[in-house]
This record gives sequence, structure tokens and C-alpha cells, in this order.
Amino acid sequence: MRKTEEERQGQKSVRDLKIGESGVICGLNDPEMGLKLLEMGCIPGTEVKLNSRAPFGDPITIIVNDYTLSLRLDEAETILLK
Amino acid sequence: MTVVTTQPDIPQVERSPVQPTMAKIALIGNPNSGKTSLFNQLTGLNQKVGNFPGVTVDKKTGYSQLTPKLKAQIIDLPGTYSLYPKSLDERVIIDLLYDPASKHYPDIVIVTADASNLKRNLLLFSQLADLLIPSVLALNMVDVAEQEGVKIDIPALQKELGVPVIPMNARKGLGVAALKIVMSQQLEATKATFFEVPAELKSLLQDIKSRFSLNNDYLALQYAHHYKSLKFLSEQDVAWMDALLQETGFHSITQQANETVARYTRINEMLLDIVRVEKADKAEKFSNRLDQVLTHKVFGYLIFFTILFLIFQAVFAWASYPMDLIDLGIANLNLLIQENFEGPLVNLLTEGVIAGLGGVLIFVPQIAVLFAFIAILEETGYMARVTFMMDKIMRKFGLNGKSVVPLISGVACAVPAVMSARTIENWKDRMITIFVTPLMSCSARIPVYTVLIALVVPEKYYFGFLNLQGLVLMALYLIGFLAALFSALLLKTILKARERSYFIMEFPVYKMPRWKNVGLTIVEKSKAFVFEAGKVIVAVSIILWVLASYGPGDNFKEARQKALAEAQAQNLSEVQTENRIASYQLESSYAGIVGRSIEPVIRPLGYDWKIGIALLTSFAAREVFVGTMSTIYSIGEEENVSTIQNKLRTEKNANGDPFFTPARAFSLMIFYLFAMQCVSTLAIVRRETKSWQWPLAQLLYMSGLAYVMAFITYQVFS
Repeated sequence: MRKTEEERQGQKSVRDLKIGESGVICGLNDPEMGLKLLEMGCIPGTEVKLNSRAPFGDPITIIVNDYTLSLRLDEAETILLK
Repeated sequence: MTVVTTQPDIPQVERSPVQPTMAKIALIGNPNSGKTSLFNQLTGLNQKVGNFPGVTVDKKTGYSQLTPKLKAQIIDLPGTYSLYPKSLDERVIIDLLYDPASKHYPDIVIVTADASNLKRNLLLFSQLADLLIPSVLALNMVDVAEQEGVKIDIPALQKELGVPVIPMNARKGLGVAALKIVMSQQLEATKATFFEVPAELKSLLQDIKSRFSLNNDYLALQYAHHYKSLKFLSEQDVAWMDALLQETGFHSITQQANETVARYTRINEMLLDIVRVEKADKAEKFSNRLDQVLTHKVFGYLIFFTILFLIFQAVFAWASYPMDLIDLGIANLNLLIQENFEGPLVNLLTEGVIAGLGGVLIFVPQIAVLFAFIAILEETGYMARVTFMMDKIMRKFGLNGKSVVPLISGVACAVPAVMSARTIENWKDRMITIFVTPLMSCSARIPVYTVLIALVVPEKYYFGFLNLQGLVLMALYLIGFLAALFSALLLKTILKARERSYFIMEFPVYKMPRWKNVGLTIVEKSKAFVFEAGKVIVAVSIILWVLASYGPGDNFKEARQKALAEAQAQNLSEVQTENRIASYQLESSYAGIVGRSIEPVIRPLGYDWKIGIALLTSFAAREVFVGTMSTIYSIGEEENVSTIQNKLRTEKNANGDPFFTPARAFSLMIFYLFAMQCVSTLAIVRRETKSWQWPLAQLLYMSGLAYVMAFITYQVFS
């Protein structure tokens, strides 16, 4: 499920979502952080919705599998969307 | 199918004779799955924490009466999402579960799972099931999930999992009785397999199994992942594993990722017919609406600082009533004893032991009030919002949103606060947090602050409720917080990063606090303080009394004669004579000698040798300062002055003016704000950082800062 450099180019990630917008996870491009995200339920094929942003725009909260996760923008960037 | 030879021959030998003695039960589950509530329900007040109080860091154990005849030992493990630990906190788990030969190895694990997040909670369950440890699934908050439209077919789930599933609500205590009955039965590991070990690893795992005489592929796989951090493996074992894994090209991260995905696929298929969702999304919608206000860019911070302000006012104002009672009670007790008995032992008891005990007990109301607030903030889920709001700001200072919890806990006590920094996975963020946390004003500084504030700051009210003394106290806390931030900034530039910083965490839904948990936290913290710090305080009080009441050789004896002769020559009254004698004796006592010898060093800060004595004795624990001052000034007072404030107020300098001027008092407050006067903190930092470098650097840095800042304060105010 890891993507190579070329595939990542121009690929949409959770970072690019607007509040209330959803997307479907297609990959995680950071192996180590990917493990943590996988365990928290960010499995490829799952729908993810951007729920809110912190006062200064970072971190954000997302809804995956009906629960809310909070994460930083640079972490959100590693969750690639279809 | 994986060839998993079922239980019989492994540690079963150890397990079977356990019933007549005591069953060992481990409690494990995702964070926020109600694990702590269940632990509290099972054990009540019958629980103990390790040496130092920590939230979930240390292994908490307790006892539970399962049936009238059967008692079990319950071990509470830190919350985790999987058997692949991402932080030091979670590492405790693998140490316990991967060593079947250990005497702590559990007979049963209770896996707590939140019914509304069943899928994710079952990931951990499935891993434990594959380790073939007999288990029970405590399906928590089934009623809440049902209200939200999540229906779970429990008989079907039980059949699929192959272990008992107990629906419960741990907050209300529902289902706990059923769980106890199930645990009192002879339980077996499930026959179901949730993950098939990849075929290409089979021969590798075979080698591991035969070397460590294991009978389970999945456990062998766990050895391959974790061998470097398993404490019970020898150096040769580790070297052997290194070579083996090198040779077979085992890639841990890829294997873990594949495993997680495979498990989720299996769980998803399994739950297809078991869980039915007709979601109303009520709680989430409510939480989201609340978050729009509570994490708002203006109101969010406004509310946060209002809450902080409320806490400080509460600690200062509310706690003062029980504190006055304790203070008065101790004073009256001493008076009663002194009026009715006589002799050196009476002095030891009243001026040493009871005075010291009073100095310990007086903190309890403040600790209770403070921890009530912290527990409520954590219980309601608000603490996660604080972390969320503060992350970007904290990162600028080299900290982490998660650093807010240790920093705020540091307001109570640096010891548990430093331990709570374990949840920060990133090494650099964690070290910086640990380093600066003791700069936050802890509860042990409160007595120093309050005694000195009450001495020099008038008790005035603005607008009927803003207490001037409370405002000064808040300013001191603010200075500590700023000092922590700027020290962090300094360290950020010095330290080199070892890894990237993570933030990902679950954002809990707002909940009502569980009052039982809040109550237990208060009891646990107060108890820990009284017994941990109390020992030091009472011991130091006694040693100090001895040091101040005896001196070396003839000088001490001559002090009395000299004072008497002077008194006669100057025609002093009886009280003045006694006063003169006591003060000369103190000067020539052991304590006086030490205090005098450091006086030149501390004079620029406005301190005399009496304060010098207090600085030295409170090196072990800063709260000792008040006890020491109280003891020093109870020797040689004019009449029976009862409270510490009055003792200090009556102290005069050579010209007969009050000794404790605002400049002196503020210089002292600033000194205690910055100085690392706490042996417990040094010890915990050494333990958490596994080196002496960190606590030593902290000691030097903080003491140096304290000296410079107190010097500036004294010069500015006088």
C-alpha cells in the first residue's frame, strides 16, 4: 500500500480536504506513521471526512469509521485519497 | 490454515494450580474504552500504584473478590491500540505478555472494548486471541451505543470470537457482577484464529519457536518484532535473532502493516452480520457543536484561561478554610501538650514531629482541589481539546500539544507530571517537556508562596471578588509557565532531533465526568503526597530540630552563660532574657554553623543565616521550607505565637523593623519558583531519562536561574 515518489506527485491527500468534505483513503505514503494510522482505522478504502481545524489551522480533526481523530497537517498529508 | 497447536503443553503447567491461590487477571484495552472505570469498579479502594503516582503509566494493581471464596489480582495495563507499542507507556504490555515463564504472566486477560467503536477495539482483541491467552471481552457502553443506533448481536459475536462477551456499562457498574462470575470459571483460549502468519515466514518462526520452546506461531512472530525490547531475552538471544532476521530479510514495518490490514479485513467480514448501524450521530453532533465554541479561536482560549483562573482562585480561596482548620488544630494540639507535659522529648514531639506533620497535612486540601479539577478536565474530554488548541503554539517552543498535560499536571506535582510525559512518543519533545516541567509552580511551592504572600501582600478585593493575593499567586504561576516556555525554546536549539514528532490521537466525545474516578484520583494523589513527601518532611523536621537544639562542644554551652551575663548587665526582663538565650543557642547550634557559613553567598539575595538553614533543609523538598522556618522561629519567640505567619511577622531586624520586607519575601518567592528544590523530582527524572546527565543539568540550570532571578528581584524591590 506504500506509494513511490512518482505516484505521490499531484496526488490529493487529507490535507487538501475542505471542512465537511469527504474522500476515500487509497494509501499511506509514510511507512512508520502509516502503522499508527492503520491501527487507528485509516485503512485504504475507508471514507474520511475533514471535521474541523484548530484555531491556527493546524492540527485538524477527521472522522474515520464514526470516530474522531486529531492529527497535524503534515501527518494528514501522508493519507492519500482517491 | 496456520498450524497452531492448541494450548496443552505450553505454560499450562503453571496455569492450572492457580485456582487455589489467586488468579492473575490483566486488564487491557484501547484508550477511552472504559478500562479505568472497569478497574475502579472491580477493585474499588483496594488498589495500589507503584512508587510514584502516575496516571496510567505505572502498573496499577488491585484485588477483586470474584466470588465469596475466590479473590483475584487485577493488573491495569496502559491503554493501547495494538501489541505494537508506539510509546514507552505501551511497552509495559509486551514485557508482561510475552514471557509465559514470568510469575506475573496473567491467567486471564479482560479486553475492554467500546461498543460504538467495535471494529477498532477488536484489532487488539484479535492479537491477544492469537497469543492464546484465555480472555474475556468486556463490551463496554452497549446501552450508549444502542441509543446511538449501533446494534450488536452479542450471541453471534461470542460465537465468532470464541470467548465470553459480557455487555456492560462500566461507568454505571452494569455487567460487573456477570464479568466476575465468568472470570471465576476455568477459561480457555479461543479456538478461532484471526491472522494467518504468512507462509514465507514459517521456517523463520519455526527456528524461533524451537530456540525459545514456544508453541505458538504468532508469539514467535512477536519475538521477531520485539526481541530488542524484551527484557527477559539474554544478549546471546538478541545476537542470535539479529543474525537470523538479517539472513531471512525480515522487515518489521512491512509485516506489521500487512498484519494490521489483514486483521481489519477479517474483522470487517466478521462484523458484517453482527453489527447493525442505524446512526443518529447524536453524541458526535453534540460534541461537534460544543467544539465550535470550546475550540473557537477567541472563545476557546478565553474559556481555557477562565478555567485556569478559576482553578487558581479555587486552590487559593476554597482550600484556605480546611487549611486554617488544620493549622489551628496543630497549634492547639502543641499548646495542649506543652501545657501538660515537660522535658526534651516533649520539645522533640511538638517542635519536631507535630510541627513537621502539620506542614504535610496542610497541603492536602490544595492537592485535593487541584486534582479534582485536573481529573474533571481529563474525564470530560476537555484536556484533548486543550492539547488540540495548544499544539501549534507549543510546537514553536520545541514542545508538543501533548506537553500541555505534563505542564498543567506540573502545577500539582512535577513527579507524576514528568511521568505523564511518557505519552509523548518523540524523544526530543519528551526530553524538553521533562526538562522544563519542574519550572511550573507545583503544589509544594504553594505553602512557600502563600505564607510569604499573606505576609507582605494585603488582603484586598477588587470588584468584590478579585482577591489581590490570588492575583499575585497567579502572576507567580505565569512566571513559572513563561520560564518553562523560554527554557524549552533554548533547549530546542541545543538538542538534536532523533525522530519525527507525532500527534495523531483519538479525539474523545464530551462526556460527563465519572465522579468515582475523580474521587479515586483525589484520594490516590493525596495519599501519594502524604506518604511520599510526608516521610521526607517529617524526617527532615526531626533532624532539623536536633540540629537546631544541639551544638558542638563548649560554644553551645557558653552561649547560655554569655546571654545570661549580657541580660544581667543590660537589665533585661525575663522574656527578653529567654529570647536572648535561645537566639544565641541557635547561632551556635549545628544548624546555625551551617547557615552562617553560607550567609555570604546568599546575602546579595537578601537572606540571612536563618533563611540559609531553610534553603539547605528544603533542598530535599521545597515544602520543608515552611516547616523549617516554623521550627527556627518557634525557638526564641517572645510569647506563644501560634501560626507561622505570626511567627514570621514578629521577626525583627537589628533596628527593630520587620525583617520580612516585601523585597525579601518576593526574592524568596522567586528563588523557590526557579530552584529545583526537590529530590523526588530529580529521582524521577533520572528514572525517566535513564541517565544522570538530565537531572544534573536540570539541577544546575534551575539553581543558577533561581540565584540570578532572586538577586534581580531583591535589588529591584529594595
